Amino acid sequence: MKMAVLVPLLLFLGIIFFVGFYASSIMKKKSGFLQEYFLGSRELGGFILAMTMIATYGSASSFIGGPGAAYNMGLGWVLLAMSQVVTGYFVLAVLGKKFAIVSRQIKAVTLIDFLKARYGSKTVVLLSAGSIIIFLFSAMAAQWVGGARLIESITGLSYTSALFLFAVSVLIYVIIGGFRAVALTDMLQGVIMFFGTLIILIGTIIAGGGMEHIIQELVAEDPDLVSPFGPDRQLTPLYVSSFWILVGVGVVGLPQVTVRAMAYKNARAMHRAMIIGTIVVGFIMLGMHLTGVFARVVIPGVEIGDKVMPLVAMEVLPAWAAGIVLAAPMAAIMSTVDSLLLLVSSAVVKDVYLNYVKPDAGEQTVKRLSFAVTTIIGLAVFGMAIQPPDLLIWLNLFSFGGLEAAFIWPVVLGLYWKKGNKYGAISSMIVGIGTYVYFHTYFPNPLGMHTVVLPVILSLLSYVVASLVTGQRLDATAASSSLS
Amino acid sequence: MFDSKDSRFKVANREAMIGIMLALINFIWWFGFAYGLGSKPVDSYQYIFGLPAWFFYSSVIGFLVMVVLVVISVKTLFKDIPFEDGDGES
Repeated sequence: MKMAVLVPLLLFLGIIFFVGFYASSIMKKKSGFLQEYFLGSRELGGFILAMTMIATYGSASSFIGGPGAAYNMGLGWVLLAMSQVVTGYFVLAVLGKKFAIVSRQIKAVTLIDFLKARYGSKTVVLLSAGSIIIFLFSAMAAQWVGGARLIESITGLSYTSALFLFAVSVLIYVIIGGFRAVALTDMLQGVIMFFGTLIILIGTIIAGGGMEHIIQELVAEDPDLVSPFGPDRQLTPLYVSSFWILVGVGVVGLPQVTVRAMAYKNARAMHRAMIIGTIVVGFIMLGMHLTGVFARVVIPGVEIGDKVMPLVAMEVLPAWAAGIVLAAPMAAIMSTVDSLLLLVSSAVVKDVYLNYVKPDAGEQTVKRLSFAVTTIIGLAVFGMAIQPPDLLIWLNLFSFGGLEAAFIWPVVLGLYWKKGNKYGAISSMIVGIGTYVYFHTYFPNPLGMHTVVLPVILSLLSYVVASLVTGQRLDATAASSSLS
Repeated sequence: MFDSKDSRFKVANREAMIGIMLALINFIWWFGFAYGLGSKPVDSYQYIFGLPAWFFYSSVIGFLVMVVLVVISVKTLFKDIPFEDGDGES
């Protein structure tokens, strides 16, 4: 049985590998190395743009953690997960065209390029680069751990061998192929995520005896499972709604998502991506989390949430189909990791080194440096993931909400509010990250909402107040110096 | 830094607003059906295709409604504008 599950998985890894190699061979010469390696020369079309956004955003939590939670909480958690439908269209609609136009004008390759041009401040750049490098490095490591554990549980390989297998597959295509390889493999991984969801959902419904039967079984076990409130009525409307910020609109502040809003080729691509993205993300979230709930009837008594998905797949499907379905969370993890790796690498090479250490480095140097940095970071993550230190795990907790609170206003208000200035951006970032870490450590979920809500509000206030206050001072200084 | 007289920015700003409106509609539909219908006692729930009504309308129909709205918005309200400078007017 293990063999039959393993084969589709290995086949999948092999295909990803080749797609990555292929991508590296079509690296375009015309637009310059940086534009190509870190941004795919801005050539993404609609379908691939939608897929890379979803694949990058959807990760282990969509396929393993989420369904596991749904298993325990019932339909209320599916409701919560459906707040993510908004990410399919919101990011592109809000950042979309203005971001695309402006980033072409300033030839921005990274999000930080944009922030640098907008605010003209070394502090903003270093603060952003620092946050990206520290938090996303930790996030990457956490995903690697998840990926290795998944391979370990499916195939029986030791954790370290699983980690090695995982590392090799991802590292090679990212290093040689850059953004184009990442986007192409993301597309493939998105397709797998979609079909994996379809297969497991149908399989689970059939195994459970149909939706009516399953729901009535749940009602018999605990009526709250089919209410929006969950067992013991612990899911309050306020708490569930607050997720709209964390995994809904707040996503516009995540660097790995915003960089994609710079990378597509024209308006039609953006439009198509909005439609495809909304359909695919909604389907995956609905399907996977419903599967988690329904699994409760098919395989009752599972104690660890993370085991629900692999267990129900192997229970409900023939081995080869289970292998395809289990490729979906693998795909989700790989597609998140490859994007993060490139992002951290670009922060080091472009945003720190080229900006401040050696701005006149020649193209060959930049090329070699990019390859080397990506490799080193990848190996460092691998090393960390073997025996993840507590610090890493701790940092990873802040990598989603903390980064959202830090970047959302400098990006969004930077685009749309002329009065926003560097002091606003700096204070917004410091307040955002600082309060998120503080609340998470001492007052998680304050006022019954997810921890991210207050930091986002506070960072908004900081941005606005700091910009307005310093704006007046700057105007006054300019006025008085022009008078004298 | 941005030349606000660029007429393409008017288009972009408008579409950002549309994005926000869509998100608001999305939220209100989701919340209204979920907690409006879902707050009734469980033994009085009605079921559609086996799923409780609050869930069916908020999460399944709501999802389909959003897809339709996004398609309509994109096809009728969003404009195809060039991103490169000097590619003609928008």
